[in-house]
Amino acid sequence: MTPTVATTCADPVILDQWHPLLPLDEMTADNVGHTILLGEQLSYQLDTDGAPVVWLAADADATALPVLVEYLYVWVCLGSPPEALFAIPEFAEPDRRNIHAGTIGVHVSAPRAIENFLDMGHFPYVHTDVLGAEPHTEVAEYDVHIDPDTNDVWATECVFYQPRAATTSTEGQMSDYLYRVPHPYCVILYKTTPLAAERMDVIALFCRPIAEDRIEAHMFLCLLDPDNSETVIRKFQQTIFGQDKPILENQYPKLLPLDPRAETPIRADKVAIAYRRWLSDLGVTYGVIPAA
Amino acid sequence: MIKLYDYELSANCYKQRLILSLLDVPYESVPVDFFPGLEHKSDEFKKINPLGHIPVIDDDGYVLWDAHAILVYLAAKYDPSGQWYPTGDPQLLGEAASWLLFAEGTTNTASAARLYVNLGYDFDIDVCRAGAHRLFRVLDEHLWFREREGLDWVCSGSHPTIADIAIFPDVVLSEEGGVSRLDYPALRRWTDRVKALPGFTIMPGVFPVGTS
Repeated sequence: MTPTVATTCADPVILDQWHPLLPLDEMTADNVGHTILLGEQLSYQLDTDGAPVVWLAADADATALPVLVEYLYVWVCLGSPPEALFAIPEFAEPDRRNIHAGTIGVHVSAPRAIENFLDMGHFPYVHTDVLGAEPHTEVAEYDVHIDPDTNDVWATECVFYQPRAATTSTEGQMSDYLYRVPHPYCVILYKTTPLAAERMDVIALFCRPIAEDRIEAHMFLCLLDPDNSETVIRKFQQTIFGQDKPILENQYPKLLPLDPRAETPIRADKVAIAYRRWLSDLGVTYGVIPAA
Repeated sequence: MIKLYDYELSANCYKQRLILSLLDVPYESVPVDFFPGLEHKSDEFKKINPLGHIPVIDDDGYVLWDAHAILVYLAAKYDPSGQWYPTGDPQLLGEAASWLLFAEGTTNTASAARLYVNLGYDFDIDVCRAGAHRLFRVLDEHLWFREREGLDWVCSGSHPTIADIAIFPDVVLSEEGGVSRLDYPALRRWTDRVKALPGFTIMPGVFPVGTS
């Protein structure tokens, strides 16, 4: 079955989300920029006070859409936005490096990209000798829960052997991971940092849905890494994502099936199963093949 | 040691990493924040290459830019067998020059389409893709006739040349730009042959040839 790919979004759950448009520092007051979100052509520019303004390109009145500046990005909503975006308190810690590592276009739905990000099983095969290595291929049992207050999906107690977990690595390590899905198209990873035993690096993927089966993925980092240049840190992250990209683009169907019988999960996919069920419970229909 | 001003996701930089690996020449990769930092357009970088592009090499003070020019230099200097850049055979050398120019075409079409999709470059994507297919069709037919003669590479010798290395990354990464290779079976067989070369190295988006 080839699912139909919608040209515009009629999904109120997705329309009412904040979506990451682009890094704030890529917007200027001198030029009007153009981009696409959920099939809609948008225009954007900084106003004379340096605040971002975004409007539908087809709107002759250029009515400003709701915008928010958070975690280095301009977020925009095409519907009725929630008051605030999910919290990443580490962003404000003074010794953190907050880095936009790049935006990469991928021909896949946002939920497929999120689900791949949640998967530890592919590390040894796709990120060989960096995030994983044979024979350390087993995904040990981990816990999954939904936070009753925020309704975020969490995977906790994840442990994986990584030859080179970060730019700050000098040797292989058992990495502790926490995964958090606070938004249908955004995912955050908390991971052991080689530099501080009690703290974790924060690595997030914020997907901007261009179309139902096409995204631009913003890679956001909030790291404890005082020494490496941004160039080196970006290279590390882009290399990882560049390895994921062809895997993502060869997934079929490009939309994520939510019917539990559609694809056969294994034990290691526990968080993916929870994510799919969570999308179903939210009523998301854009970027997915809803359960019958 | 050779310094390569390098960007991991660049097809043109990969061409240099590939030839250096095939020739087993040690080098130091100097990462350039090509994206999103646009470091290659910075005043600082333009002191290295006033044209503001990568790759650039610095071989003990000798600085050279332009991907296909660097391939010429590296093969001429570091391949004692003289096979990768066949200066001793005028006909082969002519063919290699011709296919290096062809590689400028694949760079400006197939790899441009990839930049459009991956990094949001402002190109006419339909023109890029149509141009890539036009060139892939020509190369596929060319390689098919080569195979009929028992030859494996774009030039008519028995050994690969830098022309193969100049074209290979643009071809093997083309799906990322939305340019399918489904209709080019000889092209696909040739990419597998390149991947089987001793010293072959991968980059993100390029998979090693199957070992099973």
